[in-house]
Amino acid sequence: MGWRDERLGVPAGSPRDEGVDRRDFVKVCTMAAAAVGLPASAGLKMAEAAEAGLKPSVIWLHFQECTGCTESLLRTSHPGLAELILDLVSLDYHETLFAAAGYQIEEALHQAMEANAGKYICVVEGAIPTKDDGIYCKIAGRTAIDILQDVGSKAGAVIAIGSCASWGGIPSADPNPTGAVGAPEILEGIPVVTLPGCPANPYNFLGTALQYATFGTLPALDDKNRPLFAYGRTIHEHCPRRAHFDAGRFVRQYGDEGHNLGWCLFAMGCKGPETHANCSVIDFGEIPGCWPIGIGHPCFGCTEKGVGFHKPMHQEAALPENAVPPIFPDHRSSAGAAAAGVAGLVGGAVIGAGLMASKKLAEGGGEEGSS
Amino acid sequence: MTMDRRTLLKGAAAAGAGAAVSAATTAEASSVRPTAPPDAVGMLYDATLCIGCRACVTACKTANNMPGNLYDPPNDLNGETKNIIKLYEEDGEKSYMKQQCMHCIDPGCVNACMIGAFKKREFGIVTWDKDRCIGCRYCQVACPYNIPKFQWDTAVPEIVKCELCNHMLARGEEPGCVQACPKEAVIFGTYEELLADARQRIADHPERYYPAGAPEIFGDTEGGGTQVLYLAGVDFEKLGLPELGDEGVGVHARAVQHGIYRGFIAPVALYGILGAVMWRNRRAAAKEGSDE
Repeated sequence: MGWRDERLGVPAGSPRDEGVDRRDFVKVCTMAAAAVGLPASAGLKMAEAAEAGLKPSVIWLHFQECTGCTESLLRTSHPGLAELILDLVSLDYHETLFAAAGYQIEEALHQAMEANAGKYICVVEGAIPTKDDGIYCKIAGRTAIDILQDVGSKAGAVIAIGSCASWGGIPSADPNPTGAVGAPEILEGIPVVTLPGCPANPYNFLGTALQYATFGTLPALDDKNRPLFAYGRTIHEHCPRRAHFDAGRFVRQYGDEGHNLGWCLFAMGCKGPETHANCSVIDFGEIPGCWPIGIGHPCFGCTEKGVGFHKPMHQEAALPENAVPPIFPDHRSSAGAAAAGVAGLVGGAVIGAGLMASKKLAEGGGEEGSS
Repeated sequence: MTMDRRTLLKGAAAAGAGAAVSAATTAEASSVRPTAPPDAVGMLYDATLCIGCRACVTACKTANNMPGNLYDPPNDLNGETKNIIKLYEEDGEKSYMKQQCMHCIDPGCVNACMIGAFKKREFGIVTWDKDRCIGCRYCQVACPYNIPKFQWDTAVPEIVKCELCNHMLARGEEPGCVQACPKEAVIFGTYEELLADARQRIADHPERYYPAGAPEIFGDTEGGGTQVLYLAGVDFEKLGLPELGDEGVGVHARAVQHGIYRGFIAPVALYGILGAVMWRNRRAAAKEGSDE
């Protein structure tokens, strides 16, 4: 029993160590569902699917990358990687996590592809080099382009994890010596869910993968095929330092008074206003404050194509133009014509009544005077 | 004393001629370009640097204790907004624009204000005195930039316009908007420094500024010159800055406001005529009464 189990409150000698009972397994599934924003009922469905032997097969491809996305995933705990790969999905090919190597692991890949053709989830980690016929990344004598086209075209769903697989990431930074591109550019015609980030937040991956595993559906996507639940808004929109931006309190220099007080990092080149990601909303790897802006550094724009690894660190970001009035604003009165009409009628009635009253008073006064 | 028709007409003609002469002399005197006071300070706004974050709008409100915030943002200068960022966007052209008092060298408002609530004070800053103002809003009519705003929705309304944060200058601080700007798109300095800075920017990057070929600084000569200067990449008129001659904007306000009272001739003539009419009417009434 490891430290992770202690943290999760799994008692010593629990079913984990001697095989899992149903109750605990459903608990794990429900926890996984809740952690990634799926409804609680999804946990039960997940458990039922897994028990019926319907765990989705996952084939994980590594290309030009640092394995940071896998490393981040290894450090999640709701669910932990063990629950994920042993209980919830069937991880059939993963170069980093597999004990096997060489011919053995190649065999596993081909078997999994045959057995689950059209159903497995193909996860792509890393950019694909295209220059010189893609010779800069080869596995088992095949180029990355060949492998991806082969594995991706037979998959039920393709998920590109990390910026490298989504749009090129670091390998595509200028001068891009290997002609690195993202998976969507290789798999033309096949929808690829992209989860950019350097590394991608593991929860965005879990949410997407577990939804597919449970319901067979993919989350709603934006025009760059990023799940809207995670990439629908910019970091700036939910930034914990946003109030300082609005009030014009900017850090001007690392270590200055504003920096110590946690002011806005926009003037230091923060790319939050042009970067779509949920970093400001969900803790990375469950550690509060564990992201650039959280530790007092400008956002680097790692998720956004053309921003991360392309724009200089301290260059100011482009701001959205929303809510800035035009040069000659429309000054229509907030009161409508109908309201003005009603006010006019009421006013007229009051004046009329006043006239009548004064007339009556005058008549009354005349009578008094005459009596 | 009796006034016959002949005397009355003579007086009226003299008053009219006096007014005309005084108007002519005023116009003549001010066709000489006004010069900035030697201690003049101001601001330089470079629209090509502005990124539209509107930090200056909030900072202005904070610096001047004005209500309102960016979650319910103003869409124009108003009774609680002395500074605003606007956006011009048309046919692929785009530019932000910062609007606030221009602190004219020859201001229209100061000349239009009949009781001196508006004053051009030390450093050439145009200020408004609430203890003098009677709320006539002539300043609004006289300003070619449409800057002074009136608090229509309060019981004791005030005129609201940028006063260059002179309360902060007194403490040795720069204006709120200048302090807040993350891009130094608006900077504070003496009028001479700012003009030199603007000319240097044009010399360094002539391709960046309007009009192409011979970039101009708005406020160098326009309307007799303004202590708030503008550089932009698009036509100033598209940014809401009017096409003005080199003549000071105070000239017309002076011609109207000061001409009328010059030598007190026109008021004396007007009330003289009214008095004569009253006197005649009374005499006619007395005659009628004696006839009965």
